Amino acid sequence: MKKYDSKLIADLNAQANYLRRQSLTMIYRRQAGHPGGCLSAADVVAALYFNVLRIDPKRPDWEDRDRFILSKGHASALLYSALARRGYFAESELEHWGELTCQLQGHPDRLKTPGVDMTSGILGHGIAIGLGLSLAARLRKKDYHTYVLLGDGECQGGIVWEGANACAKFNPGNLTAIVDYNDVQLDGAVHDIMPMEPFADKWRSFRWEVITIDGHDMKQILNALDEARSITRSPVVIIARTVKGKGVSFMENKSQWHGIPPDKEQYAAAMAELSGEGS
Amino acid sequence: MANLAMREAYGRALADYGAVNPKVVALDADTASSTLSSFFEKRFPDRFFNFGIAEPCMVDAAVGLALGGMIPFANAFAALAALRALEQVRTCVCYARTNVKIASSYAGVSDFKDGPTHHAISDIAIMRSLPEITVIVPADGNEAAAFVPLIAEYDGPVYFRLSRSSAMPVSSPGESLSIGKGIVRRQGTDLSIVACGSMTGRSMQAADVLASKGIKARVIEMHTIKPLDTGLILQAAAETGAIVTAEEHTIIGGLGSAVAEALAVRPVPLAMVGIHDAFARTGPDPESIMDACGMGVGDIVDSAMSVIDRKKGGR
Repeated sequence: MKKYDSKLIADLNAQANYLRRQSLTMIYRRQAGHPGGCLSAADVVAALYFNVLRIDPKRPDWEDRDRFILSKGHASALLYSALARRGYFAESELEHWGELTCQLQGHPDRLKTPGVDMTSGILGHGIAIGLGLSLAARLRKKDYHTYVLLGDGECQGGIVWEGANACAKFNPGNLTAIVDYNDVQLDGAVHDIMPMEPFADKWRSFRWEVITIDGHDMKQILNALDEARSITRSPVVIIARTVKGKGVSFMENKSQWHGIPPDKEQYAAAMAELSGEGS
Repeated sequence: MANLAMREAYGRALADYGAVNPKVVALDADTASSTLSSFFEKRFPDRFFNFGIAEPCMVDAAVGLALGGMIPFANAFAALAALRALEQVRTCVCYARTNVKIASSYAGVSDFKDGPTHHAISDIAIMRSLPEITVIVPADGNEAAAFVPLIAEYDGPVYFRLSRSSAMPVSSPGESLSIGKGIVRRQGTDLSIVACGSMTGRSMQAADVLASKGIKARVIEMHTIKPLDTGLILQAAAETGAIVTAEEHTIIGGLGSAVAEALAVRPVPLAMVGIHDAFARTGPDPESIMDACGMGVGDIVDSAMSVIDRKKGGR
């Protein structure tokens, strides 16, 4: 395992905490959005946007940039928070989320929001679209990497596995999938609604390399992303074991926080728990 | 020039254009030897991707290729491109406005052997209802080939509806074609027949039959269903006072409906030739099925007589 500078880890953890606070604030202000899945994926997204992705916010259409597809598009508040923090647009824009003239849509829209590489929202598309982007890189001799972040509930859909199967055939060598495995979906626990275990075995049987990590341990996240980028013999999936609602005790592991905004008191309590670094 | 089946004319043209434009890639869903994207595959194996029987995945991968700067032609049977992969087309092609070309083969009842599971009689209606996509239905093999460069060079989503079969030729090689511009194939003053695809040739035949009865029918080929050449339709309505539409498709939501929408501002007697809210059936060839399911030359002639009658104030 690679050694990471403790300052880098502390900084990324602070960024993740910032993303949690900003996402919740957006959802509270709008009284709409998906808190649970933003909080669970915040550490992975912080690692990507503040350390891993080769991007330039001044050139959102730069052809050689790494691509990121938020296949679990309902975590849009998290993506918008990261994009604003990186300078794709003013952070004040986040305050207008949901307004008719705002460039931020309910779910990500590549045509309206700078930095959004692909429109998403209906679940399942990320892997197959990511494959296409990776094949285009190969054809055009580009060295960009494509990252796809999906949810575990999302993997109940067949299109995910059509995509996974095709990735193994074409093996573009420049595609990494990350599953935010929080075991909670809208109607309840994933293991009750439609069990996905043995999950890692499913990916392995589709001829993917699997790296399983604690999706809230920044060192493990960075190591896994680093390792994934170096593996070219097969497509790689990082299964990030996470806690839905991570960081807000009363939201953790509760399906009712999949798509419900906090009220005033809940918001204040959540922000108190998320105070500290990055706040 | 031989009257090639539309699929063969298209397949050869795609391969030829692949040599001109290195950004063109082709995808298929285990139907390359049917859609004849196989011509492209043979010449450009590195730019051809077969996804197996997984049309939704194929369309999504085409979306990714388009995002990466390529010009993907995603080939499939129309019944699957327009139905099984519809959510991909709606969300990732149309809403995300990616530069994907859906080459939809075996449309209408052209897959006569396989029957209604493999027919596509609702695809124009479905595609036409989606924002951002251009819907093109060539009338013969020559046009199926001629549209390939135009579609590749147009920036945006296109649904290109192709037939398995050959259609009665109506165009000539080298003729100028333009997306969104209908073509007057025959002049006439008593009524206008607005047709697309295989029904264009049949409409020309119907016009001959009508001429023998002393009726001068204008025939308009409307290869682009969306965006519709509304001006040409309103002009035909004003100048001929009666319209018949003809399509190898259900009359619900297709070319006939598009023309009716255009005429709503200025109605004239209108009749629609197509399938009337039913599934077709298996047959020995597409022509027999079309004749049996309301899309015969005689059906066009009868519809023409009825709109002329209504125009004159009769019933």
